[in-house]
Amino acid sequence: MSADTPIAAPTGRFAALREFWYYFSVNRGAVLGLAVFVVLLLVAIFAPLLAPFPPEQQFREFIRMAPPWAGGTQSQFLLGTDEVGRDILSRLIHGARFSLFIGFFVVTAALFSGVTLGLVAGYFRGWVDALIMRIMDIILAFPSLLLALVLVAILGPGLFNAMLAIALVLQPHFARLTRAAVLSEKSREYVVSAKVAGAGHLRLMFITILPNCLGPLIVQATLSFSNAILEAAALGFLGMGAQPPTPEWGTMLARAREFITSAWWIVTMPGLAILITVLAINLVGDGLRDALDPKLKRS
Amino acid sequence: MFRFILHKLALIVPTVFGITIAAFAFIRLLPGDPIEAMVGQHGITPERYAILKEQFGYNLPIWEQYFNYIADLLRGDFGISLATKRPVIDEFLTLFPATVELSLFAMLLAVLLGILAGIFSAIKRGSWIDQMTMGVALAGYSMPIFWWGLLLIIFFSGYLGWTPVSGRIALSFFFPRVTGFMLIDSLVAGKPDAFVSAIRHLILPSVVLGTIPLAVIARQTRSAMLEVLGEDYVRTARAKGLEPRRVIGVHAFRNALIPVVTTIGLQVGLLMAGAILTETIFSWPGIGKWMIDSISKRDYVSVQSGLLLIALIVMAVNLLVDILYAVINPRIRVQ
Repeated sequence: MSADTPIAAPTGRFAALREFWYYFSVNRGAVLGLAVFVVLLLVAIFAPLLAPFPPEQQFREFIRMAPPWAGGTQSQFLLGTDEVGRDILSRLIHGARFSLFIGFFVVTAALFSGVTLGLVAGYFRGWVDALIMRIMDIILAFPSLLLALVLVAILGPGLFNAMLAIALVLQPHFARLTRAAVLSEKSREYVVSAKVAGAGHLRLMFITILPNCLGPLIVQATLSFSNAILEAAALGFLGMGAQPPTPEWGTMLARAREFITSAWWIVTMPGLAILITVLAINLVGDGLRDALDPKLKRS
Repeated sequence: MFRFILHKLALIVPTVFGITIAAFAFIRLLPGDPIEAMVGQHGITPERYAILKEQFGYNLPIWEQYFNYIADLLRGDFGISLATKRPVIDEFLTLFPATVELSLFAMLLAVLLGILAGIFSAIKRGSWIDQMTMGVALAGYSMPIFWWGLLLIIFFSGYLGWTPVSGRIALSFFFPRVTGFMLIDSLVAGKPDAFVSAIRHLILPSVVLGTIPLAVIARQTRSAMLEVLGEDYVRTARAKGLEPRRVIGVHAFRNALIPVVTTIGLQVGLLMAGAILTETIFSWPGIGKWMIDSISKRDYVSVQSGLLLIALIVMAVNLLVDILYAVINPRIRVQ
């Protein structure tokens, strides 16, 4: 990378963005991941237009029909049909909505609460800090999936409760990152000068300090996005997440175990969708880390 | 060193305290009254309800309930399972070795292959081998392992017929339980064919459970090696004319090992989460499957104690890793 032409010192927001894109686009995997993610986003938005059939429509005469390219006789079901004759492709397309929504919701909730807690802990220190961080330690002491499962047992199974549980389980990472960043930024001159100029606590926390801690938070948000999708799918698989007949990818796999010998496509397709989505997001995450972490830039 | 251990112990005290509060709160947070949550919706007579309420101590003030809970725990009383009417701790200890056996195998696989792949990738940095290895590692890291398990069953058990679909050992084998570890018990009983059967049952679940740790370790090893390979002492070793194998193996790898050991330690919590899914898919009779079964049977006493015990075990292991880490790396102790 060092052999490339040096970029002019960035000025203004646009230049900063260009510099970011320069570093991001060096990583071909990240660009590929981003492309896949954009396609998935479009699929999710236009799901009703793209899906050949409604996700819950049952074709009773074509139960467990193999895909046409694997010995099936019905060419209208591109990826075959499931145990009650629903078109798997249509369900996967609609499922993209759930998975991406889960990702956005969980990350937003975890980011918002985690960042607030981390800011407050790092800014005020003292007993507030001790209390918040000990609670975060306790949450982290439990294996995440187990804690999410137990929370769903308390709240009752369902997609919304599963998302809340996952957000709660993921938030300590944001709180820890934010707190660490705040501690290192707090004594810098720009913060002190803002304080001297009379900025209040809220302004100092959210407007002065927070924007300078964004890099690691963005990377963590990306990782949490893919984590949330995986965990929600796992909860769905265990029967504690989205409930049937919701075409959520993990939930689609819940009953698939019965068909591992008779109808492999019912098992294969939803999992492949999860893997591709999560992989694409993680590729973007890797690219973001390389682009946003100044320590790694020159490596 | 002693002071370091004391310091670490002091740090986890509030967390242990918090974990017991969380477990204590769990049963009381369930929708409805805890007694009703336990006996289900079928309803019981008011007299029976009153007896149960007193028996479980739910009529006492909350702080007294918590105090009694801790006193019970310290006496080793983790409650009686609502499903089997056996002490929860007995159930737990019966199933725990199965999870440990599976986790150890998964970890062995992950550490060996992960470190090898990481070193190899770092040496061949930028080559197509490196790119492919890291691509596969990222895919492994992104893997929904419950689906991965089903795929492996379809291929290896269904299509090829190489490995059994579920369980720990073929049902035709009987031998006394000594340690709870199938591999050890079968050898103690002098049944080599049972040992082979146990190994065959272990392979697929270990691969599934080891997949994500393997990917994480491979990525971490690669980046740790890359960092170390750029250091002056490695260049000096090369310049001295040492053979590359020695430079990589001794000078570079030993120093790269430190962050890798931390990563390995951090996988323990992840393994427990993975065990829940892996054991469910392979009907592996360990505590992961037991937790899921307890939740679906509404055996909340088992869930409560399982939650507590698992969190404490994960914490104990993390503490052990911290101490081991300080043994390997003296710099940590001084802080």
